[in-house]
Amino acid sequence: MTDLTDLTVRQAAELLRSGETSAVELLEAVKEQAARTEAELHAYLTLDQEGARAAAVAADESFGRGEDLGPLQGIPVAVKDNMVTRGVETTAGSQVLAGYTPPYDATVVKGLRAGGAVLVGKTNLDEFAMGSSTENSAYGPSRNPWDTDRVPGGSSGGSAVTVAAGSALAALGSDTGGSIRQPASLCGVVGMKPTYGLVSRYGLIAFASSLDQIGPITRTVEDSVSVLETIIGHDPMDATSYRGEAPEFRSGLDEGVSGIRIGVVRELSGEGIEPDVLDAFTRQVDRLSDAGADIVEVSLPSTEYALSTYYLIAPAECSANLARFDGVRYGNRVDGGTVEEMMARTRHAGFGPEVTRRVLLGTYALSAGYYDAFYGQAQRVRTLVIADFTEAYANVDALVSPTSPTTAFALGARTQDPLSMYMSDICTIPSNLAGDPSISVPVGVDAKGLPIGFQVMAQALGERMLFRVAAEVERLAEFRRLPSRKVAP
Amino acid sequence: MSYEAVIGIETHVELKTRSKMFCGCSAEFGAEPNTHTCPVCLGLPGALPVPNEQAIEWIVAIGLALDSTIAPWSVFHRKNYFYADMPKNYQISQFDIPICSDGHLDVIAEGELARIGVTRVHMEEDTGKSTHVGGDGRIQSADYTLLDFNRAGVPLVEVVSEPDLRSPAQARAYVQELREIVATLDVSDARLEEGSMRFDANISLRPQGSEALGVKVEIKNMNSFRSLERALTFEIERQRRLLDAGTPVSQETRHWDEAAGVTHSMRSKEESSDYRYFMEPDLVPIVVSDEWRERIRAGLPELPARQRVRYIALGLDPGTAATLVAGGLGSLFEVAVGAGGKARTVANWLTGEVTAYLRREGGKLSDTSISGEALAELCRLVDGGDLSISAAKTVLEGVLSGEGSPREVAERRDLLQLSDVGVLEAVVDEVLGANPKEADRLRTGDMKVLGFLMGQVMRATRGKADPKLANEMLRSRA
Repeated sequence: MTDLTDLTVRQAAELLRSGETSAVELLEAVKEQAARTEAELHAYLTLDQEGARAAAVAADESFGRGEDLGPLQGIPVAVKDNMVTRGVETTAGSQVLAGYTPPYDATVVKGLRAGGAVLVGKTNLDEFAMGSSTENSAYGPSRNPWDTDRVPGGSSGGSAVTVAAGSALAALGSDTGGSIRQPASLCGVVGMKPTYGLVSRYGLIAFASSLDQIGPITRTVEDSVSVLETIIGHDPMDATSYRGEAPEFRSGLDEGVSGIRIGVVRELSGEGIEPDVLDAFTRQVDRLSDAGADIVEVSLPSTEYALSTYYLIAPAECSANLARFDGVRYGNRVDGGTVEEMMARTRHAGFGPEVTRRVLLGTYALSAGYYDAFYGQAQRVRTLVIADFTEAYANVDALVSPTSPTTAFALGARTQDPLSMYMSDICTIPSNLAGDPSISVPVGVDAKGLPIGFQVMAQALGERMLFRVAAEVERLAEFRRLPSRKVAP
Repeated sequence: MSYEAVIGIETHVELKTRSKMFCGCSAEFGAEPNTHTCPVCLGLPGALPVPNEQAIEWIVAIGLALDSTIAPWSVFHRKNYFYADMPKNYQISQFDIPICSDGHLDVIAEGELARIGVTRVHMEEDTGKSTHVGGDGRIQSADYTLLDFNRAGVPLVEVVSEPDLRSPAQARAYVQELREIVATLDVSDARLEEGSMRFDANISLRPQGSEALGVKVEIKNMNSFRSLERALTFEIERQRRLLDAGTPVSQETRHWDEAAGVTHSMRSKEESSDYRYFMEPDLVPIVVSDEWRERIRAGLPELPARQRVRYIALGLDPGTAATLVAGGLGSLFEVAVGAGGKARTVANWLTGEVTAYLRREGGKLSDTSISGEALAELCRLVDGGDLSISAAKTVLEGVLSGEGSPREVAERRDLLQLSDVGVLEAVVDEVLGANPKEADRLRTGDMKVLGFLMGQVMRATRGKADPKLANEMLRSRA
């Protein structure tokens, strides 16, 4: 008998439909796996035992009635803990929200429930999604299942770990500067960031509103499609939600890359990239070429400034987004002599160092006298980045680069050096600034046996092309391995 | 030295949309605390704003009524500051690209017409309401504070004037005119006592004839036309004394104490607040197409200023025209005139007896049974000699309280004058026959007896005889 926790979403869905397993059995297997691994990996912050059980029973009943709610019906899915879940504690990895139980579901959570998915629990993250290693969680770091002395990446580290380790078959993450793709890359799974606006942000605890996007973390490109199909669509509760017809993207999965023009982004594929990562990347590009793709080198000159642009815009927006955590209406409160003192103490006690750093940075960047030099300038550069991409897509169908300049680094290695931590997202940030879709697909391992991710980018609403290329990358790499289950007892 | 006051006013107008600015919660006033709230207006983690289209349409209407330029493309900004009754700790407002700009409003005060520039009209959301419990009711001494978020997120329009106002009377006329406009547009309850219209004023003094601006003081908490006028009058005097004494006026925000009739310092403005405005990333730009704007323009009702001009052309004096418009009596007036009532007579009834009745009964015009047609009929009855003025007043009361049409009321109460010539002739003959001595004196031309005979006619008709007609008849027998 196969280990149910090794299955892809598609394989599991087939077993569920053939009656060879049930949603309840699948959930039990996943929960057992979590029980074996959690002490070491710490991927979950909350397991919703009762809710998951009820959803699995409901999914089985639904199958029994002959209903088919879609590819996620009965599938155990994990959700990053910055998406609100009605009645289930949601902390965004922060002390300030310890014990907070939201009165409503995020639109994506509603979508998963409507699709019959079984929400296993809420996954660990860097506090308020700020970080690239999941070490900034107020509840302790998650660990990489490929090497537990290493980070899983971040900020959606918990979600990536559940999928890699088999404590969920798919997960949702959020990506502001690479927070889905980078941990997916470090954990050897597929992480996808959709076009900005394609998936509703309603119920996503905001980090940087103009950059945040929710997306799937899965074991295969096809599974990524299945999750995205389930959570996509216009949401009247999100003013930035895309109003047009959602693009169809499943049909591109088997089309291959023959005749497609693929651009290798020079600025993201050279200096600063670890040799093993670069080798794997180059090999993969060659395979794409062999498969009939037309490979060209593309320059996106303004991406040189993407990192600094991002670290002005994201903190500026976060300084306002996090202002609501003041102890007045919900979450933790630390008393003070005056209202101002209470707010200041609550925030001081509630926010960790990275969040504090970014709030201060953002407050400074927006303040009178500095606005134009920092925030205003960053917005202008952002426009240039977008223009670079637009120009590139006039000539190519997709762009590629490594996802992360390095494989998983050791826990604690970058925590004392914020700047080196920020460099982790250097390849992923440009597509957030542009609002375009991008995906990370695992293509191999380095000399230490750690996974390497390959990033594909496409133009806004170009999900069909994105998945088409990503599926071919996955096929050609012939890499679909899960970490050895050495963390098992 | 003699000084000139330079005054600018910021007026907040709460719109009466059914739902709030960025969510579907009811915007109704006066509900149980915190019953009209949802994740969005409570600023719960994850919640996002979605703009209320009706509110945008109404602010465009206000902008058009003030002859403003309507921006085809404008944006919302976040105005950041921490405040316990502001759920997100930023207010969604507008900063450098308001929906409406460069408008103006013509006001008449102390017999002079002045054009007051309106810098901008923009859209924002209201905050919640704090109630400080214990102590003297102010936050410093309170035991605790209760927060009601029902008002949080209610759409607010801010109308910012140029510093074109020169006197407290002019300032009052300006806000009154503004109130009439929003009332006419029917976009706000414009009830000062409920806070649906609030004012802040900036005021500075400069030597008469000087172009340079003096040090500006901001005054808050004026919640009626009268308190605005009083506060400005007080402040002009305060600043004048300081300047005369050579003491510099300090730039600050002052609070108007209605009971004491003084302003006092709230906080120093030395360090200007830094709201760290930036474009609201959760919202997309507001696009007002030419077509939408023109559709709103076409739907605008006649504005008070035009209405007044038209009434003056109908023969009313400016004061009466203004009273009619301000009192919301225009439509009734127009129907009455259309139904044949004389403009001045109708206006006099409306501004006199009708207004007095409403004041006495404390109700609204819409609560009464008066109609334009009824007013016209009342005028006709008076003009035709069927009703005396004093009887007409009684009839009007009956009509207002729902007793029926003027003729019905007059008949039921037996107030119609006897003006039937045949009937009256008979009465006159009867009176002359019953008083032969006086009848003879009349026939010989002794007019002194007329008064006595009139009295007898009146008595015989129990006061209903048309006095003019009866008088003529008696004289013709001389």
